[in-house]
Amino acid sequence: MAEVMANPAGSGLRRAMPLLLPAYVWLVLAIFLPLSAMAFFSLMSDMPLTGKDWSFTLQNYQAFFSNGIYVTLLGASLRLGLEVTFWCLLIGFPAAYVLAKVLKGRSREAVFLLVILPFWSNGLVRIFSWAMVLREGGILDTMLNAVLPFKINIDLLYSYPAVIIGLVHSYVPYVVLTCYLSLQAIDDSLIEAARSLGASRFRVLRKVILPLSVPGIVAGAVLIFVPVVGSFMEPRILGGRTGTFYGTVIEDQFVAVFNWPLGAALSFILLAVVLVILAAASPIMRRAQ
Amino acid sequence: MTMKSMIAKTLAATAMTALLAGSALAADLHVLNWKGYGADEPWAVAAFEKATGNKVINDFFNSEQEMLTKLRTNPGLYDVVMINAAFNDQAFNEKLIQPIDTSKIANYADIGKDKATSPMLNHGGQTYGVPWVWGATAIAINDKSFKTPPTSINVMWDEAHKGRVVLRDDAVEAIQFGAIATGQDINDIKDMDAVKAKLTSLMPQIRTFWSAENDWNQMVAANQIDVGTYWSGSADRARKNFKLPVSLVIPEEGCVGWLDAFSIPVGSKNVEGAQAFINYMIDPSFYTQWDAKVGAPVSANTKAVEALPADAFNRVVMGDPRVASRIKFQAPITDAQREKYLALWQEIKVNVK
Repeated sequence: MAEVMANPAGSGLRRAMPLLLPAYVWLVLAIFLPLSAMAFFSLMSDMPLTGKDWSFTLQNYQAFFSNGIYVTLLGASLRLGLEVTFWCLLIGFPAAYVLAKVLKGRSREAVFLLVILPFWSNGLVRIFSWAMVLREGGILDTMLNAVLPFKINIDLLYSYPAVIIGLVHSYVPYVVLTCYLSLQAIDDSLIEAARSLGASRFRVLRKVILPLSVPGIVAGAVLIFVPVVGSFMEPRILGGRTGTFYGTVIEDQFVAVFNWPLGAALSFILLAVVLVILAAASPIMRRAQ
Repeated sequence: MTMKSMIAKTLAATAMTALLAGSALAADLHVLNWKGYGADEPWAVAAFEKATGNKVINDFFNSEQEMLTKLRTNPGLYDVVMINAAFNDQAFNEKLIQPIDTSKIANYADIGKDKATSPMLNHGGQTYGVPWVWGATAIAINDKSFKTPPTSINVMWDEAHKGRVVLRDDAVEAIQFGAIATGQDINDIKDMDAVKAKLTSLMPQIRTFWSAENDWNQMVAANQIDVGTYWSGSADRARKNFKLPVSLVIPEEGCVGWLDAFSIPVGSKNVEGAQAFINYMIDPSFYTQWDAKVGAPVSANTKAVEALPADAFNRVVMGDPRVASRIKFQAPITDAQREKYLALWQEIKVNVK
């Protein structure tokens, strides 16, 4: 007992070690080691497996700057990320608000289940089902034509909007969940107090609810922005001839061309850009806390 | 437990182990090929296993680069690998394949001379690839969209088919089609700027890119495309096997020809089985069944082609000398050229409107 009192921090860490160890081992094996291997590959001129002589070189990173298309593609992917994040927040935040503040009990559980349901299905299946819905003569087209008095032709497949729709559908649950968590933590009495002091509904939203739910919004935005910038499945399947983005080019390097060094270099440049953006957004996150 | 029952149980266990060990000794044959491309036909595998006692284990790849990666990262695993002739010298240079003793392959003598002696498959006086089938990547059309079949490759640039054209997402193939459309030799393109301009003007016509047979077939089944590049064997399969309204057109400007061949990787543990399998793959009995049941490209074995019925697509269309003269076979290209083509293709795809 005396030793614990003398050095509480040390023995606490020692006791926590067995609990922390699995997580750290996993982090090292599954994330740190593969990333280090990739960083190593990005500095090589050729993969050692091909039997060719390889040497250390920075030309893979230079390729990003020398060839204008990579910068264009990165810009297009960043724009895609921002648009998808915007639409997800627009759709997800009201949904989270309804879940947290309006629904209660059984109906809340039921709607919660519906929100999480997309996670239960395979991502690829979801994307292909959009292909069935959006194409000319597909489900959306037939449904609208059955309902509307005039004939219209919806053919959204293989276009930029189709990519946005597919991505928003895949990532909206994340926003709903994170916003729900921070919204349901807002004390109802705060809203009641504001209303009783004469604030309009809109004022309550602007001055009380939104500031308090910023952590959830920012967390959801980050959770969506980072994967979407590097996404390649949805653009490739739904994008058609406009479906070339930064993620698809990286995938090409690994799968179709076997130029792993270039793929690794492009991936790390993307990582650097995303980290810079997150660093720029961190003042907002700190202010929220 | 009594002594007698224990002895009985031990004897039974030993007998079972011996039986299992004995059956494991039957030779395995690992085959690497495209999925649904002849070597994994259930009836063919059954016939081969019955005839030779080898157990066939099929593995697949989705691109030539994936095939090379699998060979590089699994030395000694595969016994037979199907390598396109244009990639044979890359596999040879990386020491991934071994010379084949063609005297052990009975049907080799019937392979067409020009294909058997092709410099793409023979290096240093030894054979590294046995020609299997050849075909053309030409244009296929949706019969519903054409009253009379087109004859020129420029039908893909026709405004009437805007948004209903498909192209394969393969840099080399796209550039070679651009070369054909601008009247150049696919293996010696002198004017890349003309190719780039021609392909850039094609982009607004394209609906999407296809990478597997299934993509093409699905789109024509849903009546979403009019015309696109397609493999000759696949067009035949779509028509015969899947009953789709697809017809192959060999444009008068020419089309890209390819030759598929079987090779034996270095370190194979069952070279005898590999030779027997390759022999079966070029055998007329396999080929006629394959073409009749599923649809196939043209066999490199002249006797196998002659064994087909007189009205077969592969005899009537591909055997026509006028058609044969329009097919321009791909030669190997260097890695530097390949990277240049890829960079150009990516640039065209990025700047698409």
